[in-house]
Amino acid sequence: MRLFEQELQVLNVGLPAFADAITAAGGKATQIDWAPPAGGDRAAGQQLARLINDPRIEEANRAAFAVYLAAQPVLEGIAPAREAVPGMDGRILLHAGPPVAWERMCGPMQGAVVGAILFEGWAADREAARRLAASGEVAFAPCHHHGAVGPMAGVIAPSMPVWIVRDAAGDRRCFSNLNEGLGKVLRFGANGPEVIARLRWMAGPLRRVMAATLRAAGGIELKPLMAQALHMGDEVHNRNAAATSLLLRRLLAPMLRSGADHGELAEVADFIATNDHFFLNLSMAACKTMLDAARAVPGSTMVTAMARNGVDFGIQLSGTGDRWFTAPAPVVDGLFFPGYSTADAAPDLGDSAITETAGVGGFAMAAAPAIVNFVGGTPDDAIANTEAMTHITLGRNNGFTLPAMHFAGTPAGIDARKVVDRGLLPVINTGIAHRDAGIGQIGAGITHAPLDCFVQAVLALAATLPEE
Amino acid sequence: MARAARVTRNFYRDSVALMQLSARLLALPGVRQASAVMASANNLALLREAGMLEDDVAAGPNDLLVAIDGDDQAVTAALAEADRALNEEPSPGPAGGRQPTRPRSLEMGLEAVPGADLALISTPGDYAAVEAMKALRLGLHVMLFSDNVPAAAEIALKRYAAARDLLVMGPDCGTAIIAGVPLGFANVVRRGDIGLVAASGTGLQQVTCLIDRAGGGITQAIGTGGHDLSSEVGGITMLQGLTALAKDPRTRVIVLISKPPAPEVAARVLDLARAAGKPVVVNFIGADPFLIGSLGLTAARTLEDAAVLAVAAASGRAPEPVRAELRDVPPPAAGQRYVRGLYSGGTFCYEATLLLAEVLAEVHSNTPVGGAQPLADVWRSQGHTLVDLGDDVFTRGRPHPMIDPRLRLERLAAEARDPATAVVLLDIVLGYGAHPDPAGVIAPAIAAAIAAAAAAGRRLAVVGFVCGTEADPQNLVRQEATLRDAGMILTRSNAEAARLAARIAASAGG
Repeated sequence: MRLFEQELQVLNVGLPAFADAITAAGGKATQIDWAPPAGGDRAAGQQLARLINDPRIEEANRAAFAVYLAAQPVLEGIAPAREAVPGMDGRILLHAGPPVAWERMCGPMQGAVVGAILFEGWAADREAARRLAASGEVAFAPCHHHGAVGPMAGVIAPSMPVWIVRDAAGDRRCFSNLNEGLGKVLRFGANGPEVIARLRWMAGPLRRVMAATLRAAGGIELKPLMAQALHMGDEVHNRNAAATSLLLRRLLAPMLRSGADHGELAEVADFIATNDHFFLNLSMAACKTMLDAARAVPGSTMVTAMARNGVDFGIQLSGTGDRWFTAPAPVVDGLFFPGYSTADAAPDLGDSAITETAGVGGFAMAAAPAIVNFVGGTPDDAIANTEAMTHITLGRNNGFTLPAMHFAGTPAGIDARKVVDRGLLPVINTGIAHRDAGIGQIGAGITHAPLDCFVQAVLALAATLPEE
Repeated sequence: MARAARVTRNFYRDSVALMQLSARLLALPGVRQASAVMASANNLALLREAGMLEDDVAAGPNDLLVAIDGDDQAVTAALAEADRALNEEPSPGPAGGRQPTRPRSLEMGLEAVPGADLALISTPGDYAAVEAMKALRLGLHVMLFSDNVPAAAEIALKRYAAARDLLVMGPDCGTAIIAGVPLGFANVVRRGDIGLVAASGTGLQQVTCLIDRAGGGITQAIGTGGHDLSSEVGGITMLQGLTALAKDPRTRVIVLISKPPAPEVAARVLDLARAAGKPVVVNFIGADPFLIGSLGLTAARTLEDAAVLAVAAASGRAPEPVRAELRDVPPPAAGQRYVRGLYSGGTFCYEATLLLAEVLAEVHSNTPVGGAQPLADVWRSQGHTLVDLGDDVFTRGRPHPMIDPRLRLERLAAEARDPATAVVLLDIVLGYGAHPDPAGVIAPAIAAAIAAAAAAGRRLAVVGFVCGTEADPQNLVRQEATLRDAGMILTRSNAEAARLAARIAASAGG
């Protein structure tokens, strides 16, 4: 037996004294920092054990990860959602996260729905808009069900413009709304006249200028732009200043060539230049494009979406298709703007965790020195967060490299099995919305995806695989 | 109350750094609100809304603005603190840089140590089988120290493992020595040419220690766990271990140790042993040696015999005779009639009970075998009594007596007070995992017990043995010296101690 022939290397799970004894006797032992897997859920732990090193899953994950890596998101154009996004005819509003009915929506999402109804002109005032939303005559659906993503409330109405991002390696298109900037904005639930006015301007002049600009520019490859931004201090979730600047630089000449009205053009340039987060929605659409490529590979435990609606946190797995696995959305502990605290915070909200799902955002924290103040204050802490994520992912995305980690690729492709087995939760960089509609962003911080989503997902995946 | 704002022109800080500064200023005593921001129009509007700013602050997006609301003195102090914070040297990070994440699961451990070959699992039993299955799926051999693993799980694990040429030692496997490395509760024994497979942990410890004491050495000591040779499990691990040792070129002699297996399992094991092509010594404790001998295998009656016969077979010399002479032990006083055995090792209690029941009547135990009777009350001795203090009834809610000696010390004092007690029998187990100084703990109690009996006009014999080696962390020689100094009569083995105790009891006058 080979066991007898070589130097014994022991992995010790349980009493540390046994590892100490082996070491004292001159042997080699590694102590495992063990805790009951699946948070102590024995039935789930049992199913999980069945999936460890299952060749069917390993193969499926290799396939899913390969298509994720191969995806080439290209910003192709901009159009009203009604025209670009499938299934957006009629009175339908998309929202962030897993499905949620009007009555259960959090404050900011209800505020955004009211604003979107007013924007569409489906109701004359807020009261009428609320009645309409509650009447069942407006359909609600997750952005994710329509190939789209939106930050925070993530509300997309048919007349709103959306970015169209095409996968040049496939034939898929994904969408996101456009970033409104900070302050009183729809995505935080604000719905006053100035919010609606801005949305109309975005649907009008901004969309027209950008459409003409993108026609003049041809497609804009998003991955190289994101990769470059990671080298400039962005993690393209909570830090987008570099990416926004790079985008604007890329758009400048096409904008001037586009033939757009110079007055409108100046407004658009100013709008982009004064909003550090302008690129965020494009980052999200690019991430969605990469992850949608990896969807629906039977047997794969790769996570294809993490999204929150302010009530529930939901994830999807490649091997279980469009099914959601949800748990209560956590309240984010972070740093708050003056006058606000956790007591004011809405639970975690938005589709923007698609960035972490794709291996950037919190997973690329090592790229963004500015973020480190959320996690202890030194760049080492940020690097430690990124390093920890290498233990729950399928591999590295060498399209996105991290200078502070010797240009290693970002950890990417969350393996739900590893999350449950190791109790290491995906880290998410996120903004914090006020729990009441319309107040806006009140802070930002770090949160973790809830374990229970992954436990359910692993159980569901196990049910799709016959016993060997 | 006061409100103040300070503008620093053309001074950029990232918003996260400024939020952190705001939090630091807000924590100062007497500060009601504090905010440090870049003075963009948006930020200025927010501050005005929060009532922290007059309308006429002249500041632009490239200016850093600190706004404080609080007690007069606090505002001044906070602005000074803000100045300090914005100009201070960064504190160096912790020395030694960052630590990689420690492995949190077997799979993660295997990623960190790709050459690992065995998982030693001692989690609570509820989780142990699951971890063992993961280990097997990752291609690791398993030693499963945990108990309370259901038989169905044991069978599933062992079948899965056997199909992949992996070993599952356990569940409830206390000890093993693989490639010279002691696992679990194991002794430090010389390496040599004797390989063992045992369904009993303390039995394996006894035989390996006695082999070491007799000058022999071992290749591998494989534990199977106590249920392996039941008819439902079918001896999967023992058959695998036996096959592996038969093929192992360094192993010249094989020793098999178990309580009597289920008959059909015994037949399969013995059939395979016959085909091993090397000498096999079999000790099915308490089983009829005739069958084993008739198959051309060497039957050992006791654990000590197994060690002696194995060393003889390995060296090619005749077995050294087992010393069984009655030592010069003076007889006890009238009325002292009974042996009281207080065991920490289950197999020691089992073997001693068998040996005593052969020669004495009225033998009782909490784990009766042979002709022994169950105790009416496990907490109170009757007639000759041998108790396994490691049994569940005694360990519920307290550590095993090999780790925590208190229960045994109490019972020792009680037996010494009983005028009917002639002999107290003890086992002292050394090795990794055992108490760091068992002799040091029990010696004063032994001396006190002998003295208490003497004060009452009785002669109490405390007889026992130390299961260990000189290379053990506790050191056999030092442990024996401590016990001898306390008045304990030491034998080499459990069997010898039991026989000596029986003779002392039999020599009692009244």
